[in-house]
Amino acid sequence: MQAINFENVKFSYSDAEENAFALRDVSFSVEEGEFLAILGHNGSGKSTLARLINKLLEPDEGKITVFGMDVSDPKNTFEVRKSVGIVFQNPDNQMVASIVEDDVAFGPENIGVEREEIGRRIDYALDAVGMQAFRHGTPTRLSGGQKQRIAIAGVLAIKPKIIIMDESTAMLDPRGRKEVMDVVLKLNKEEKLTVIMITHFMEEALLADRAIVMNRGEIVMQGAPKEIFSREEDLETYNLTLPAVSAISKALRAGGMDVQATVSLEELAKEIEECVSKRKI
Amino acid sequence: MRIQAENLTFTYSPSSPFATYALKGVFLTIEEGEFFGIIGHTGSGKSTFVQHLNALLKVPSAEKKYKPKKLKKGETPPPQIVLKVGDYDLTDKKTDFKELRSKVGMVFQYPEYQLFAENVFEDVAFGLKNFRPEMTKEEVERAVEDALTIVGLDYAEIKDRSPFDLSGGQKRRVAIAGVIVTKPEVLVLDEPAAGLDPLGKKEIMELLHKLHREWCKTVIFVSHDMDEISENCTRAAVFSEGQVKFVDTPKNLFQREDELRQLGLDVPLTAKLTALLREKGIVIDSDYTQRDFCEKVLQYYREREEQV
Repeated sequence: MQAINFENVKFSYSDAEENAFALRDVSFSVEEGEFLAILGHNGSGKSTLARLINKLLEPDEGKITVFGMDVSDPKNTFEVRKSVGIVFQNPDNQMVASIVEDDVAFGPENIGVEREEIGRRIDYALDAVGMQAFRHGTPTRLSGGQKQRIAIAGVLAIKPKIIIMDESTAMLDPRGRKEVMDVVLKLNKEEKLTVIMITHFMEEALLADRAIVMNRGEIVMQGAPKEIFSREEDLETYNLTLPAVSAISKALRAGGMDVQATVSLEELAKEIEECVSKRKI
Repeated sequence: MRIQAENLTFTYSPSSPFATYALKGVFLTIEEGEFFGIIGHTGSGKSTFVQHLNALLKVPSAEKKYKPKKLKKGETPPPQIVLKVGDYDLTDKKTDFKELRSKVGMVFQYPEYQLFAENVFEDVAFGLKNFRPEMTKEEVERAVEDALTIVGLDYAEIKDRSPFDLSGGQKRRVAIAGVIVTKPEVLVLDEPAAGLDPLGKKEIMELLHKLHREWCKTVIFVSHDMDEISENCTRAAVFSEGQVKFVDTPKNLFQREDELRQLGLDVPLTAKLTALLREKGIVIDSDYTQRDFCEKVLQYYREREEQV
């Protein structure tokens, strides 16, 4: 089933002239259970797109549906927001309570879940992100990665079908980033949660089933992440710097070595080895 | 200004149940003119250390109320803490800390969150108001113009705009301008490129090199990104559990892949590739910058060609 569908969506933050459009004519869809990465430089429209999905913003034109529900219909707002949870960039901006379990309970309390059920959901959500041991702790004493996992738990407690990560790992150290990515992957694979991940980190995008590249409010590239990262010239046109492996393989090619474009470190090492061994004889 | 630390220890919330030993005897010397990197995972003490450099955190003996503790009989005195930035002795409460702070600029993580003034000019000029009250209006204007220009912003176009209407990258530049406007000799930055997109990261690192060439003698930056360290630093220090484990050039440092991994740290991509190639019998000796690594691989390749 289609989890999300965008049809010719346009959006602008002001009523100003044509080139002020943050999104111009965007159409795409996401299947249930899919893991989609969205790439693009700052200001390309990635976050705008994310915010349209659960109606934090409303489109000027076009149609957005979430599991078949028309997002622009006010009757659906509540259901749509229950289906789509967003985890934002800054962990410190997403904590509302002084005790971890209260923080996780905030979402279900607001949608009127019964008390006993809330308890079960806190259990489920904290287990899912591996933070049960911190249940009675204080969010301020947690690391960034732990805070983001609590933020994810807070979203999970609403039992959404779609989770959007809007650069949720950008402020974390490598360890925290791995913690969060492990949780997201597990939720995607085991719980069949649909994941949309907005990120600048190539390693994270490579884990996705599919990637979309945005530029100036439009979708300019679509496909398997590996395939997208091997299109060096295109990426540079859209102001995305090449992942380091691609940059190295490109430099070697420019120097006269016949190495294939790749995003994998192991493959690049193999390519170099083959290239060198050919010359030995 | 040379920075010298010996036996530097620091405890957060001392004599409370939450007492945390953040620094447990740091020894580190940073020479004038270095582009110095500081690495270590979260909680390793690196931020605590850099906050000592302009006395945002002080060693106990520099506190006004400090009285030396009387030793009990037979007790050995704790090791003597040394902390010097140029001629400023940061263990001495008589030191002019205000003057020191104008010489050591500190750019925190996400400095754009600290913008506060009505317009960009006021925000950047704020430091001068505090540190250089004797400056005339014209001098302040010139200083602000210089600072905004060197961080790559158009003074005339931006000075009257609200800092909150700018893009993320511009905000960060304004925040950096607000720190360097006092012409500090040492510039310390805590994860200056964090949270930016790849292009923004590249631009910020280029800006730091420019500042290093033209503005501040010494640049010290904290980073989690090992590629950033290998590409940019003269030397780097590895913090772990409140101590400095290694100080070396990136070239020497990243040869210790196993030891770094034990500390929960990564190595740059070029170092990983070097290790993979070594397993295949291809030995590449580079300084781990992408440029040098590629040159050395190509050199290796071309030498083979000649053997034909």
